[in-house]
Amino acid sequence: MEQTSPVPVAAIESAPTLQKPKRVMGRFNRWDTPWLNTKLLSGLGILSAILLIGLIGPLIWDTSLALTRAAPRNLPPVGFTNWRGQEGVWEHPLGTDNNGRDMLAVLIVGAPNTFLIGFIAASVGIVIGTILGFCAGFIGGVVDDFIRLIADIVITIPVLMVLIVLQSAFKQIDIQTMALLIAAFAWPRATRQIRAQVLSMRESGYVRMAKLSGASTFDIMFKEMMPNLIPYLFASFIAGATGAILAAVGLETLGLGPQRIPTLGSTIYNAIRGTALSLNMWWWWGLPSLLLATMFIGLLLVNLGLDEISNPRLRQASKS
Amino acid sequence: MGRIPRQYLLRRLRIFILTIWASATLIWIIPRLAPGDPISAMVGQMSQAGGYVEGSEEIIEGFRARFGLDQPLPIQYLRYLLNLITLDFGYSIASFPTPVSQIIGQALPWTFGLLVLAMTITFLLGNALGALMIWTHTPHLIKVLIPLGMVFTSIPSILSGLFLLYIFAFILNWFPVQGAYALGIIPGLNLPFILSVIQHGTLPALAVILVNFGYWALGMRGMMITVQGEDYVQLARAKGLNPLYVLYRYMIRNAILPQITAFAITLGTLVSGQVLVEYIFGYQGMGKIIYDAILARDFAVIQGASFIVICMTAGAVMVVDLTYPLVDPRISHGGE
Amino acid sequence: MTRESRTPVLEVRDLRIYYETPKGDVHAVDGISFVLYQGETLGLVGESGCGKSTAAMGILQLITPPGRIVSGQVLMDGVDLLKLDERTLRQMRWSRLALVPQGAMNSLNPTMRVHQQIEDVIRQHQTKTKTFDRSQLKPRILELLSWVGLPERVYDMYPHELSGGMKQRVCIAMAVALHPGVIIADESTSALDVVVQRVVAQTLLRVKADLGVSMIMIGHDMGLMAQMVDRIVVMYAGRIVEIATVEHAFRNPAHPYSQVLIDSVPTISERKPLKITEGITHDPRNPPHGCIFQLRCPFVMERCRREAPQRREIRPGQEVACHLYEQQPDGSYRDVRDTA
Repeated sequence: MEQTSPVPVAAIESAPTLQKPKRVMGRFNRWDTPWLNTKLLSGLGILSAILLIGLIGPLIWDTSLALTRAAPRNLPPVGFTNWRGQEGVWEHPLGTDNNGRDMLAVLIVGAPNTFLIGFIAASVGIVIGTILGFCAGFIGGVVDDFIRLIADIVITIPVLMVLIVLQSAFKQIDIQTMALLIAAFAWPRATRQIRAQVLSMRESGYVRMAKLSGASTFDIMFKEMMPNLIPYLFASFIAGATGAILAAVGLETLGLGPQRIPTLGSTIYNAIRGTALSLNMWWWWGLPSLLLATMFIGLLLVNLGLDEISNPRLRQASKS
Repeated sequence: MGRIPRQYLLRRLRIFILTIWASATLIWIIPRLAPGDPISAMVGQMSQAGGYVEGSEEIIEGFRARFGLDQPLPIQYLRYLLNLITLDFGYSIASFPTPVSQIIGQALPWTFGLLVLAMTITFLLGNALGALMIWTHTPHLIKVLIPLGMVFTSIPSILSGLFLLYIFAFILNWFPVQGAYALGIIPGLNLPFILSVIQHGTLPALAVILVNFGYWALGMRGMMITVQGEDYVQLARAKGLNPLYVLYRYMIRNAILPQITAFAITLGTLVSGQVLVEYIFGYQGMGKIIYDAILARDFAVIQGASFIVICMTAGAVMVVDLTYPLVDPRISHGGE
Repeated sequence: MTRESRTPVLEVRDLRIYYETPKGDVHAVDGISFVLYQGETLGLVGESGCGKSTAAMGILQLITPPGRIVSGQVLMDGVDLLKLDERTLRQMRWSRLALVPQGAMNSLNPTMRVHQQIEDVIRQHQTKTKTFDRSQLKPRILELLSWVGLPERVYDMYPHELSGGMKQRVCIAMAVALHPGVIIADESTSALDVVVQRVVAQTLLRVKADLGVSMIMIGHDMGLMAQMVDRIVVMYAGRIVEIATVEHAFRNPAHPYSQVLIDSVPTISERKPLKITEGITHDPRNPPHGCIFQLRCPFVMERCRREAPQRREIRPGQEVACHLYEQQPDGSYRDVRDTA
């Protein structure tokens, strides 16, 4: 049948499409900015609030109170009494620990350190991950096989275990070194994600068009593909930061973190060793735990928001 | 169901073996990069623990010879690998004549039991809830409640453990504070022991489940959204099939496949979290002995226990990976 | 077949299906009515997005949010499907009304063997149809497979092991498994190559003739339609502009849109420029007053912008909704362009 030549089909296909609901939704949503996502914004709000504690805190509160024996010991927060019947005082509104550290000062000093670890580890991880992911996805062949194999291996190893061995062998490690050590295990997930995206994009129409029109590999990578990877990169970054903070807190609560400066994790470690639970000194372990939990909820919200941005279908489902 | 294709099996096995080799090597190299040599440190430890050690110089030399540290590094390395294969991790420093393998042997079953249970529940519960979030027939109340329960997602299990311990063991007194079973109960297959184990295991397991199920629920939700739009689901509904059957056989069955892969990938993080929870609860598993070893600076135990945890994780990842072809016919028939 | 002897099996009355979007409802199907007669094949044609597949999904009650059925009736054996409760509707599906889906590539569950997917429908509807016990199930499925020209080995295969045409034939076998009264074939042959298209179409026709079922065929391949269907329903932007027998529709299409559509079918003897004007379409959330085709119609008149034309039978076997046709005092219709 000669009548089935593509002409009428093409004419009909090129007409505007309204048939499938998902396409309709996608098209109209492009006009409202997806970046104004409630989850993303509230997550960022939480994170910046915590960051502000660390930034503004030292200006209005004496952070040297975070050192041992800077304050009376075992004081409860204002409005509470401890097991000895002592009342909380305004000089130490959030109470003190059994070494005479002021909890408010500890939180102010600890919060930014935790962020710092997450930031450094995630940044280094994402840079390595992006480079390796692009190499694996673009070059393919033996390079791809090799990178995938290494990533598969590293991703299987529980980071915490290697870090425990490392920390117990090296004893004293500062925050930056710890972050870098964590980063050494943080790259495989980013690598996998970027590689998968690069692979699917390499096959997609617009990259093929760019190739056919003679664009250089560099141009294709950075002008055509990079902008589309940005939500994924952000998501990888947040996931990396979450993982790094998770590992850091784990190490610190085992008593293996940096010892000289108080961190939120090491405060929890001290509380557990100081039997804070049975002494009912909830402020000692509870306050740093709550701050950390809030931080993780913030990170989760940002991650969810980014997920919805890069996957319009999720957005739709969360509305209905 | 399908069979496991040979190619796939070989690739997984290779990754498994390489993972274990790589981590064994890491664990071997790390102390050698650290300042000071391990034997001096060890003898130092012993003298710290037991006061003055007579003729420590000779002891150090004796140990050097005994542990083969007077040999060139490659020989030491090969010896170390051979010892690992026979599960020989040397001796605990804190409780000297006890072999590390014996300490680990006592802790391992507890961790393994708790781990398998908690992870399985987490995975099943998370995926079931994620599927319900999308299913059109789910009661509205449940659809509202699930996201609320997911606020805990991605909080470290060590924190959830602390809160659970404080609320349920210290304030409400519903659960025991410490250990894997009550003191004075003879371990064995008797009812009091089993009940005690369940009672002691509930909070640690809950701490892991509570903060991890949301991760699976979220992943499942995303997959369900994709699957829901597939033609075969629409056709299944057009066929007039029972909605529950469509949910299970046409939607969940397909949506769960990528989740299984994700399960393998995140096992490492999950295991670490679990190990930390054990130490919070004083649960006599691997986490507890690692913590005790850190306190006692017992490096041999830290090394051995970490290595075993890594092996367990790698093994679990391999098992999960190997089950994948059994549930996805596209892989078991050699396709990609 | 005389018109009086035909009994309707499916009747759609004023069906409206809207899709909710952030900027207002899209009127995907905007008040369509038609009748499907016993043993007939009805072709539903129109460009992509005209609402023909949505209409089919509406008849099958498979509209999912953000879409919704706003109003209308779908009568089958005198029962309004839209008013049925979930249970009855489920029993009705497939046993009375089956679907050969669009895009066979993805219509089969990738994790189930072919026979399991066919078994599903037979088991589910056991009470409604003849009861099959397990021993009868396999021969029954094999019979279905051979009916659509598939070898026995397909029985135990997974969808990814089948070619596109084979998958589509599995879908046909599945559709006829319960001897339904009506089959809706939704673009069943698109996405297949031309040869396979013909084979699948022939299979569909043969099975239909064997069973004597009625069929609604949805597609945009006018050439295929000409060969397969008895009557054609032309849809444009959610509305029916013309219903005609296949002869009328191809020899003397009445609606300007049908004319463009038929004209666009090329023949070997003649190369035609594409006449259809693209891009001047209305906002689907806000259809214009009057005729739906006014923005693209080459013969648009003042009246078309004021009032929407009613569908009238301008000659036996041809109904059209267009102001170009005016009723004469004697009851016949005349094309106003003839006088001009």
